[in-house]
Amino acid sequence: MVTLRINGREHQLDGLDPEMPLLWALRDHLGLTGTRFGCGKGQCGACTIHVDGKATRACMYPIGSLGERTVTTIEGLASQADQALQDAWVEHQVPQCGYCQAGQIMTAAELLANNPTPDDEAIDTAMSGNLCRCGTYQRIRAAIKTAAIKTAGAKR
Amino acid sequence: MAGGIERKSINRTHGPDAPHGEFHRVGKRARKVDGIGKATGQAVYADDIQLPGMLHAKTLRSPHPHARIVSIDTSKAEALPGVHGVITGADMPTKYGVIPWTPDENALAVDRVRFVGDEVAAVAAVDEDTANAALRLIEVEYEVLHPYLDPKESLERHDPAIHEGNKKGNISKHVELEFGDVAAALASSAHVIEDDYAFHGTAHAPIEPHCAVAQAGHDGVLTLWSSTQIPHYVHRALAKVLDIEAHRIRVIQPHLGGAFGGKSDPFYFEFCACLLAMRTGRPVKFLLTREETFYTHRGRHPMDMHFKTGCDADGKITAVDSKILIDGGSYSSFGLVTTYYAGQLLCGPCHFPTYRFDSTRVFTNKPPCGPKRGHGSVQPRFALEIQLDRLATKVGLDPIEFRRRNFQGSNVETVNGQTVTSNGFVECLDTIETASGWKDKRGKLPRGRGIGMAGSMYISGTNYAVYPNDMPQAGIVVKLDRSGLAMVYTGTSDIGQGSSSVMATIVAEELGLRMDQVRVVAADTDLTPVDLGAYSSRITLMAGNAAVDASRKLRKQVQEAVGEHLDVPAGRVILADGWAFDAQDGDKRIPSREAFELAESKFETLAAAGSYNTPERGGDYRGGTIGASPAYSFTAHAAEVEVDFETGEIHVEKVWIAHDCGRAISPVQVEGQIEGSTYMGVAEVALEDHAVFDDPAHPEAGLHMRPSLLEYTIPTSVDTPELEAHIIESIDPEGPYGAKEAGEGPLHGSLPAVANAIYDATGVWMTKLPFTPGKVLAALRAHESGTPTGEEA
Ligand code: FES
Ligand code: FES
Repeated sequence: MVTLRINGREHQLDGLDPEMPLLWALRDHLGLTGTRFGCGKGQCGACTIHVDGKATRACMYPIGSLGERTVTTIEGLASQADQALQDAWVEHQVPQCGYCQAGQIMTAAELLANNPTPDDEAIDTAMSGNLCRCGTYQRIRAAIKTAAIKTAGAKR
Repeated sequence: MAGGIERKSINRTHGPDAPHGEFHRVGKRARKVDGIGKATGQAVYADDIQLPGMLHAKTLRSPHPHARIVSIDTSKAEALPGVHGVITGADMPTKYGVIPWTPDENALAVDRVRFVGDEVAAVAAVDEDTANAALRLIEVEYEVLHPYLDPKESLERHDPAIHEGNKKGNISKHVELEFGDVAAALASSAHVIEDDYAFHGTAHAPIEPHCAVAQAGHDGVLTLWSSTQIPHYVHRALAKVLDIEAHRIRVIQPHLGGAFGGKSDPFYFEFCACLLAMRTGRPVKFLLTREETFYTHRGRHPMDMHFKTGCDADGKITAVDSKILIDGGSYSSFGLVTTYYAGQLLCGPCHFPTYRFDSTRVFTNKPPCGPKRGHGSVQPRFALEIQLDRLATKVGLDPIEFRRRNFQGSNVETVNGQTVTSNGFVECLDTIETASGWKDKRGKLPRGRGIGMAGSMYISGTNYAVYPNDMPQAGIVVKLDRSGLAMVYTGTSDIGQGSSSVMATIVAEELGLRMDQVRVVAADTDLTPVDLGAYSSRITLMAGNAAVDASRKLRKQVQEAVGEHLDVPAGRVILADGWAFDAQDGDKRIPSREAFELAESKFETLAAAGSYNTPERGGDYRGGTIGASPAYSFTAHAAEVEVDFETGEIHVEKVWIAHDCGRAISPVQVEGQIEGSTYMGVAEVALEDHAVFDDPAHPEAGLHMRPSLLEYTIPTSVDTPELEAHIIESIDPEGPYGAKEAGEGPLHGSLPAVANAIYDATGVWMTKLPFTPGKVLAALRAHESGTPTGEEA
């Protein structure tokens, strides 16, 4: 029996191999399909989630290693800043096929949590591990900036 | 063989206007219909589908590039606990191919494997691990055959042939066409440039690996959800291979995580998922690994291209002559079309009075090639645009000026008999010239820095339907509802290019609705009328026209009913922004919902079908409709690069792109397509290389050299140049409101613009892709020491 703390809820999962990557537990056993499979080898970022607030690749994280740590997936984004991020994504029409975007948003959410006003360089450093084959990188950059401005404005 | 064709003018000057004088939806920067779903993770892709009792399927692949299957024993696999079904080629012996003239594929290999990774058997089991374990228990005895890994060898020998019974040996398709007297024109030219060019082969690498889920329902209906961009062709292929009546099959395309042409063949995993679902009575999911997507391939063809281009002393092009060898890999796929496109799609935006091409596609024992964004013409366009720059240099003309001088104009017939309607190429040239600061940069940047440009054209769909028929290419149904909702049923595949948003925009425009009052059901063969699919950049023009057609029938009814109600002539009723009102008295108005109720009362249930078929197009010769399109898009690219003389690395700093899409129905999406296309094209210059070990003696002969996203490097945000997209609107008479394509054209010029910029930076013409640092360094050294090399003439 493994206990997973996901999006503020505890899930007891029976009979799963502790070596199973979290990605499969999320998608196949918990129905949280917003986190995507792109490579299964930590090379694309489509499966990015947060483990204790840190952007992490679910395909490389065995469920047995989670322990007490808490997991947030795209379905669990809830803060005002996260909402601003998703709104900015829609406003800038970032998604084309959309497949990479949950992962992009999770990485961006961590970036903004740590650095509320990132410059281009900070954005590139944070985001360069998330591949997008539709070539939406410029819009991702713009959306992150829009979200940052909105969130900063809201806090004032 | 056609003779020289005179340029003749066609007199059509205007496209359809806004239905009510001014546009309310078209051309506005509105949100995409699926933006929120994709930003929240709620959009459902094929792999998100989970059905009760679902099995997982995997496939056994050939370890040899070329071999005869002597025997297959699946008994041990079948006996493994957890295994529910095992199938081999004998279970589905009917051959298929997306082009009905060249059916040379089997869902699973029958007697012969033709590339490392060719599919031999499939297993459905309770989970993937069990399925994989079962694969290891299948015993296959192979008799290894000579592998063809060099396309030149395939030209020369064919014993044993890769496809037994192919009358042309290992040749997949050969096309030779001449328009006018090329030899004479070259002989009398003031300047002739002759050189060899090479394109290496690249993959689509969408972030979503292919996936299909099949269910054989108790009602006798077989349902397939698949990551396909051609549900209709998959539907037909399933009926043929599985030998089931087509009306008992339903194909649904969920959200698609990128395709770029790589999901436009019917695939083995679709047939296998269906057959295993039928055999086991349980739903079956077939999800490919990333590695498998590289072997499934259908990527851009490697081409060796010999080009000869002439011009007169004033820089007027006199002739283009090309000979192209295409490495098709192991199966035909779209190869017949590729072979034509390699020649047919070059005859604009510059005019040339004589033209000859001779292109040959051969089979090799490599993963099959197919259509990738800019199908067939990206490679020869690369060669041609470098040739044009070199001619410009010879004549002493600026490259932009050279193209202006050779501009074919609008409403003309090309040398190969294609009809060009609108043509905004000169505006594209003007735009990139100004935006990039061309005049201050070209020839004036410091050593190692340069700017280059290129032009191109592309089709907005093709007259050549993949199977000949007299039915529409695109059909659509619009239903109006008492709630004030317009439902749009379209067979089009939204693969991320935004076609569903384009359909919604058109219907909203015509019926005067807000975007939230239109919903789209797309790509479900049970629910939606046939559309041929997301390929050849056909949807905006073809399905867009069908959407206008259907909506206008309904608009007329609504206007009539409202006119009666408001007591004004129907023609005075305007539908816009969720209202129906009198054009002369805006206070006389009712909400669309009430307008629809009135129309339903007057005319009964409100629904209309619309359709589109292409006008007569194409040259009067065999293959003349291949590459014939109702309208062509045009693009100009300018790229600024920096070449590192120490390392040989090329940095593309910025690309300016001006694209004539006729009319931008959704400008933000057009810009997105321009950006995405150019991003993808620039990556093919130096970063991406889909190569297999091609030495037959190599122990890994035929193995993919880079079957992962670590090795096959697609650009990250840091590798991507700054992209500045400009929209040019030439308002085409054939497109909906004048719209043409935007999804593929803006890829073409990215590659030659970079090559031409490298010349500006270094004085070296690079001609053989990919431009790896080693190749660049060698060319620079040779140039410095004054030795002419293949890279420099
Ligand atoms: S699926 Fe996890 S990084 Fe690609
Ligand atoms: S939006 Fe398609 S992969 Fe990023």
